Amino acid sequence: MNALVPLPVLLPLCATGLSLAFGTRLKRFQRFISVAVLTAVLGLSVALMIAADRNGPLSVHLGDFAPPLGITLVADRLSGLMLTVSSAITLCVLVYSLGQGMADRDEETPVAVFHPAYLILVAGVSCTFLAGDLVNLYVGFEIMLVASFVLLTLGGTGPRIRAGSTYVIISLFSSMLFLTAIAMTYAATGTANFAQLAERLGGLPLGVQTLIQAMLLTVFAIKAAVFPLAAWLPDSYPTAPAPVTAVFAGLLTKVGVYCMLRTETLLFPGNRLGDLLMAAALASMIIGILGAVAQTDLKRLLSFTLISHIGYMVFGIGLATRQAYGGAIVYVVHHITVQTTLFLVAGLIERRSGTTELTRIGGIARAAPALAVLFFVPAMNLAGIPPLSGFIGKLGLMRAGVADGGVWAWILVAGATATSLLTLYVMAKVWNLAFWRAAPPGQAAAGTVLESDDDSDDDDAEGGPDRMAGTGDEGVRVRHQPAGLAVAATLHGHAVTTTSVLPRPMTWATAAAVALGLSFTVFAGPLTSYTDRAAAELLARTPYTQEVLGR
Amino acid sequence: MTVSASLLATAAVLCAVGGILMLTRPLTRILLGAVIAGNGINLFILSATGTAGREPLLYGVDLARVTDPLPQAIALTAIVITLATTAFLLAMAYRGHQLTGTDEVHDDLEDRRIVLRAEVLDERDELRARFRADGDRSAEARRAYRDERRRLRARLRADRALQARGRNATGDLWHDVLGADPEDYAKSAEDPQGPGPDAQNPGDTG
Repeated sequence: MNALVPLPVLLPLCATGLSLAFGTRLKRFQRFISVAVLTAVLGLSVALMIAADRNGPLSVHLGDFAPPLGITLVADRLSGLMLTVSSAITLCVLVYSLGQGMADRDEETPVAVFHPAYLILVAGVSCTFLAGDLVNLYVGFEIMLVASFVLLTLGGTGPRIRAGSTYVIISLFSSMLFLTAIAMTYAATGTANFAQLAERLGGLPLGVQTLIQAMLLTVFAIKAAVFPLAAWLPDSYPTAPAPVTAVFAGLLTKVGVYCMLRTETLLFPGNRLGDLLMAAALASMIIGILGAVAQTDLKRLLSFTLISHIGYMVFGIGLATRQAYGGAIVYVVHHITVQTTLFLVAGLIERRSGTTELTRIGGIARAAPALAVLFFVPAMNLAGIPPLSGFIGKLGLMRAGVADGGVWAWILVAGATATSLLTLYVMAKVWNLAFWRAAPPGQAAAGTVLESDDDSDDDDAEGGPDRMAGTGDEGVRVRHQPAGLAVAATLHGHAVTTTSVLPRPMTWATAAAVALGLSFTVFAGPLTSYTDRAAAELLARTPYTQEVLGR
Repeated sequence: MTVSASLLATAAVLCAVGGILMLTRPLTRILLGAVIAGNGINLFILSATGTAGREPLLYGVDLARVTDPLPQAIALTAIVITLATTAFLLAMAYRGHQLTGTDEVHDDLEDRRIVLRAEVLDERDELRARFRADGDRSAEARRAYRDERRRLRARLRADRALQARGRNATGDLWHDVLGADPEDYAKSAEDPQGPGPDAQNPGDTG
């Protein structure tokens, strides 16, 4: 069983080679490879999760080098669960992007770079979930990041390059910080292996320990987009193609949260920086959701809710009790699924009505009821309406907060409640604007409106557009373009043509993601007991170190 | 563990230089900064080995005295990764240059819009206060006031038009191919009646 552990990393990497070798000629073969490999990874992840749950953590030392030298991969309950959810989500997004690619006839483009980059991204994510030492974690991060650079700037259009440069620079910076932290850890302890670090870090002077912890937390907070370090996210995500944004929003930030969970429990028990984490969590929640309230573009709005809800997970990590860790893990699982689903739906909305700017769309509930249902369920799930999984996650976290009873914990419980209500408000706003009201006159068929109809600064008597050419205030202008041609949104940056019939694979993939979100409600009992066991294992620490060090 | 001071000093200087370069706007400078800071950090990693040990020969050397190889392996990995990222950044800088004529990292459009809007609103309030305080209600003064306000609105609009064009990437093909500055876009969109937006627009230089 231990031999299965490296496969979630190796399979996608090998498939990337095949995909690059044959992909340009045999499009169908390329698509088949991607789907087959991701399905296999999903199966493997489920197997690993079950095995780790039954028999304790699994580990493998690659090349059979002993811990300080070799690369160690470990699958315990937490990483098994994360792998399973992430591979299920990546599979959904892959099917979605296949549908989009086929609908846009992207196969006519010369370089089919999407599939290889996507597979490498999956390999990188799996690698970070399985990494058993800091250096391997760093390598996993870098694999993931380089793939994400390519995916974020697909097509190389102006906005994507601009957004991509912010993302690349901030990623580079965090990688450098991470390397410095690794160098410091190694200089202080002589190892980078998690299990050995867990034994040796405790013996260091308190200042050194806290320094290393703070460095690592900063790096992971940049990845996870926790408030003071989150400004890059709403700037860079929304311009990417819909499936790419979806998988980034769902997975890449949660990788940061996973690393926080891992290091806070295994390397730095005792929760010394708990108050700091909770303050950051509160700030992310409140500021993120206020940002979302202010937005009128659906994708940007969702990016802000993403920042806000990262706060919940950090809250759980800051509390550091068994209940809180369990709640945080449930929340991670729930949020990966729901956030990805919402971005996929945003892509569908864009395809239906040409834009995600909420002031320019409307009437979708009547025009496309299925789309409305696909949006409504995850939106309510994100806000935490009772039977859905968002409620279960929030309830778990808040119960842990109340049980903790500290001042910060109570403040955070209040903040989490307020954030949850504001999320409901934001989702209601989106629902009212995009789905419930009648379609605004300028929508899709009338041609493209250059700018939003926000003329609040225009308070002179005559009102209305000035009709001065070139000032951007010409009013609605019908261009010589097919109806509804709008901002570039396909994988390769061509403009989207709106359709009333949505491509079937895209709809089904989104529906599958919605169903996955609902299944967390149906299987809430097994899920919460599993996460409780995972939290207990994280806090115990011995199963992990024993498995890796063989003692 | 003793560490060579010169190694540490070099690493610190490299990191400082890289950090300063990374704080600038052009992507090529950021790229250089990343490379330099990356080298500095690699030196840090190497200094984690402590004092230099004996040469790693198989026979005749006490293995305990040989330099720790692991930091070297980590540094090598980091070098390879920096190489890949550098290549990507270079490509991106070139593409950015192709598209906009500069390789500068531009502000987030929303941020810029908010700043510009706040500026314009401030100026308008000031204008209004001055107009009210003046008490001069002649047609002349009123027209001057209206003209001023129209100028302010024109600034906002020109910026919005610029944004909309940037968002659609359907600017002047001539500029796209030859590589024009953002100012040129503003000029080509200039309104013949009003003053040019680039004359007063601090957003373009910022």
